[in-house]
Amino acid sequence: MNNLVIAALLLVLIGLAFQTGWSKSGSLVTAKGVRVHSRQQYHGSLVAIWAIIPALVALALWGWFGGDVTHNYIVGQIPTDTVLALDQVGLNATIARIRALASGYGVAGDVLPYEQAAGDALRSFNFLTFVGTIVVAGALGLGGLFLARNRIDVRLRARNEVERVINLLLLACSAVAILTTAGIVGSLVTEAFKFFTFVSPLDFFFGTVWSPLNGSTIPGEYGSYGLLPLLVGTLMITAIAMLVAVPVGLMAAIYLSQYAHRNFRAVAKPIIEVLAGIPTIVFGFFALTTVGPFLRDAGGTVGLGINATSALTAGVVMGIMIIPFVSSLSDDILNQVPRTLRDGAYGLGATKSETIRNVLLPAALPGIVGAFLLAVSRAVGETMIVVLAAGNSPVLKGNPFEPVATITVSIVNQLTGDTDFAGPQSLVAFALGLTLFVLTLCLNIFALFIVRKFREQYE
Amino acid sequence: MAIDTLPIAKQTPAERTQVVHDGLRARHLSENIFKGLGLAAIILALGFVALLFTDIIRKGLPAFTQENMHLSVNFDPAIVKVDPVPIRNGFASEAEYQAASLKWQRSVALLNWNKVVEASLRAAAPAGYEIDTKDLLTIAETDARHEIRERFVANPTLLGQTVDIDVLASASAVNWIKGNIDRSLQDSQQQLSPEARSLIDTFVENGVISRGFAWSILTNVDSRAAPASAGLAGAFFGSLYMMIIVILLAVPIGVASAIYLEEFAPKSKVTDFIEVNINNLAAVPSIVFGLLGAAVFINYMHLPISAPLVGGLVLTLMTLPTIIIATRGALLGVSPALRQAALGMGASKTQMVFHHVLPVTFPSILTATIIGVAHALGETAPLLLIGMKAFVASVPATPMDQATALPVQIYLWQGNEDRNFFEPRTAAAIMVLLAFMIVLNGIAVYLRSRLEKRA
Amino acid sequence: MDVLAGKIKMTQQTVNSTMNPADMLDRPIRLTAKDVTVHYGAKQALHGISINIPDRAVTSFIGPSGCGKSTFLRCINRMNDTIEGARVGGTIKLDEQDIYDPNLDVVELRARIGMVFQKPNPFPKSIYENVAYGPKIHGLAKSKTDMDEIVISSLRKAGLFEEVKDRLNEPGTGLSGGQQQRLCIARAIAVGPEVILMDEPCSALDPIATAIIEELIDELRENYTIVIVTHSMQQAARVSQKTAFFHLGNLIEEGVTEDIFTNPVNKQTQDYIMGRIG
Repeated sequence: MNNLVIAALLLVLIGLAFQTGWSKSGSLVTAKGVRVHSRQQYHGSLVAIWAIIPALVALALWGWFGGDVTHNYIVGQIPTDTVLALDQVGLNATIARIRALASGYGVAGDVLPYEQAAGDALRSFNFLTFVGTIVVAGALGLGGLFLARNRIDVRLRARNEVERVINLLLLACSAVAILTTAGIVGSLVTEAFKFFTFVSPLDFFFGTVWSPLNGSTIPGEYGSYGLLPLLVGTLMITAIAMLVAVPVGLMAAIYLSQYAHRNFRAVAKPIIEVLAGIPTIVFGFFALTTVGPFLRDAGGTVGLGINATSALTAGVVMGIMIIPFVSSLSDDILNQVPRTLRDGAYGLGATKSETIRNVLLPAALPGIVGAFLLAVSRAVGETMIVVLAAGNSPVLKGNPFEPVATITVSIVNQLTGDTDFAGPQSLVAFALGLTLFVLTLCLNIFALFIVRKFREQYE
Repeated sequence: MAIDTLPIAKQTPAERTQVVHDGLRARHLSENIFKGLGLAAIILALGFVALLFTDIIRKGLPAFTQENMHLSVNFDPAIVKVDPVPIRNGFASEAEYQAASLKWQRSVALLNWNKVVEASLRAAAPAGYEIDTKDLLTIAETDARHEIRERFVANPTLLGQTVDIDVLASASAVNWIKGNIDRSLQDSQQQLSPEARSLIDTFVENGVISRGFAWSILTNVDSRAAPASAGLAGAFFGSLYMMIIVILLAVPIGVASAIYLEEFAPKSKVTDFIEVNINNLAAVPSIVFGLLGAAVFINYMHLPISAPLVGGLVLTLMTLPTIIIATRGALLGVSPALRQAALGMGASKTQMVFHHVLPVTFPSILTATIIGVAHALGETAPLLLIGMKAFVASVPATPMDQATALPVQIYLWQGNEDRNFFEPRTAAAIMVLLAFMIVLNGIAVYLRSRLEKRA
Repeated sequence: MDVLAGKIKMTQQTVNSTMNPADMLDRPIRLTAKDVTVHYGAKQALHGISINIPDRAVTSFIGPSGCGKSTFLRCINRMNDTIEGARVGGTIKLDEQDIYDPNLDVVELRARIGMVFQKPNPFPKSIYENVAYGPKIHGLAKSKTDMDEIVISSLRKAGLFEEVKDRLNEPGTGLSGGQQQRLCIARAIAVGPEVILMDEPCSALDPIATAIIEELIDELRENYTIVIVTHSMQQAARVSQKTAFFHLGNLIEEGVTEDIFTNPVNKQTQDYIMGRIG
């Protein structure tokens, strides 16, 4: 309710300020008949900006500190010995009762006299601070308004100033991306360092045993956190995924871009790209309920012991997921190979497949390698498919038919959303996240570098 | 630069042609093999799409029907023993009235409503049918008693009357009726007793149990105790709040930063850095954004855990690079002629961008936004890390309340122990999620073609 | 520099020696085109071209850009097959063999009719592999020694061997533009074609490189039937014995090069030669 009042008043202030700037600058034209530098709406906007910013600053300050001030005021209203007698929970309950009394909702049960008094005092305090905030904000806003109004002049470069403000806003928006990266790096590094105070980096990066003791609070007994089983699991699944995605994706791209009739391409390409839009949780379900059992049964008929949840299951389904990624990137890259090269091979009497294999692919190789690295980085960071279908068995072994665990799975297992950031059990998620981040970052930078070099070659 | 008289090859032209001709069969064979491999790859990829969709639909469709039990419920005063309901006028303050109301509701809740359910079931069963109370109650879903109680709380005058009420058959009963569980299994492996199974069959025959469209899967919230009534409403609102937050934050910020980088930023090392940074951010695994959310939004800023607000913020940061890159691409595609025309008319750079360039790129930005939002809608991993996989059995009233999201609900359901019942239900939830994504993408395609035709 | 100057001088001499109209009259006909039309989708690019191309001589196609001369050239080895939506009508015969005969394998045809393109397009492979590529796919070399022989003699014929003999394993893309184009010619020769088509082979080259290529073309005509498309009338005059003038998809006039340049019959040809059609 109060927020609505404030919003309405702010809108009134904006409107008033804009109108003031608009009409004052409008009178310039009629009065002097000279050319005004900026059009009326810019003068209006400029005055509005001058008015709204001080008002918003005042409101923001109250929003920031108001809660603490009110809290302290309420505590001040409670008799000192009562405050001292109460523990934190009791104090909070008393404060809540006083707030309830002040709001007029009332409390069930008997009301202590000091509670009633404090409630009444709080009511008037709330009213006063509310009005006070509005008055201060309003005064500042109006002050800004008049200051800006007095600046209005034929030569005032209102448009340039408004544009500068817009420019600053745009700049602030693009800073969000930087802040995100900084936030990622900052939070991963600080929390990972906290983790390394429990477990030495050597044990983490080169340890071969992963068995965190979740829930253990005994100091020093928190299990072991060796990265290698997870890394091996991650790489195994990634390798299987690439074994599926690269041949299928690349051949599909070649067929679509070099052989397929235009109409066929127009239908088949979007359908394949549908795979890229399907949420990974859906692939995970598909892997768990269909592909896993199928692979297990198929393995059974040829005498292979394949687990339903295994590196193979997760890898195959992840490969399916990555097919459109590989095929559309390869398609782009193949299309960038100049036509003249193809013509050169055809002119010698090469068949289509000879041209593709001997000329097109070698020429496109750097770009395609870059695309594959991007696909690898995507596979390494993929989470839901492996959470559901890889079986979560963090033991160092090399059999793709058995369950494995990956870095991403362990992050999900260790950081289940409780905010206990004290123990290595949850902090390890950040060390794993940092590993994952650095791994994918290197892959991406390297891949983008290769792709860029490739593009420059044919520009 | 003398002519070299050495013959190119030892063959005459005719011989050479013959050599080429002889090799053709093998070469065309390898050509066809290669082409066949390409076609096979396409068919494989298309086959995966078809398999995925048919598999999900085949599994999920049965969950869109539910087994309703039509019971005649008698609110027998002998079982339903309660005081009259308190009224507002009898109390001094709102707080005291609420306290009394709560007390009354508690007394109603403490009644053994299962007795009412049992009586209604026995009334529906053939006269003299012998079955344990425990076995009998396995037929109706456990929320039947809540359903009946809520009827009474809403209308206490029902006391002593008999009303027709539809309740859901239990998940085990559904498994039996739909054949999710093998009907030939021995008694020890069945979820229900032989008496209960035979009574269910009777109910199906005499129409006490009938099949209807499962609106509940769309309108109900999640439930652990009563799986047959579990629905997606809570998850839907969780996702909706997050999508709104993503649209409100990611689109303006993304478009603004794209405009800044493409149109205003001086070409400097800093700009290059931002650009590289955004490209890399687009490829950061989504789970890392979840870690960011857990560390910054929850641990540092103390925003509420499991809240769509935090989920929305995380997804916003995740979607931002996509929107920035797409918008920059669109801005880059605007012809220089349009820019020069605008500047030539005396427009400032800001005016040129906002009045001329941006409107032209609107269709592309819109499409990119919708696709980005659709992608965020399906994202699961980061939400798990900020606690959105907590079990929430209510529709979140605000973005600050605990909630879950559609993909996370899918994750939770697929992990339920009652596989027989929840596998179809999970597939059904996937169908709902995919339907939303298809609708979103469809809108994107439609708007794009429409706006581009107009432009 | 001296070497280059000598080459240019030599080119001048060859040009003079080719200006003998009698040189071509006794040549047998190698290629015959009759009523050739080309459509790209709904657009007609060529309107019934009929022309005879003499054996072991250079025939040049001239005309303003977009006149269809390159399109016609690409019909001769069926390169238009690779363009989606292109349809070719009429007949083209190589030694009485219809090259659009459905039974004729285009791969075989292109082994007999080689092509050199406007922009030098060496494959991203070594110089050796570039030249060896054609013989390799067609199975023309029975042994490594055979292949070495083919590569070296092709490079010699293209006048490139001396310049690259020490770096045969370096990438072909590392050569200069003129060298790249001669590498492409060597690559075409290596297959042992009977006809070589050249689509503005010098348009991307500087004058010195152009002079070297022109000289090479003149030497090659002793063993090959050469058809060259050029936008430069001077070039046509310098290297060719027969010239055909194309305009707006029509063959306007053809004849002995000297006649075309000195006594053009058609008004349009006159205009073009005098620089009135660009």
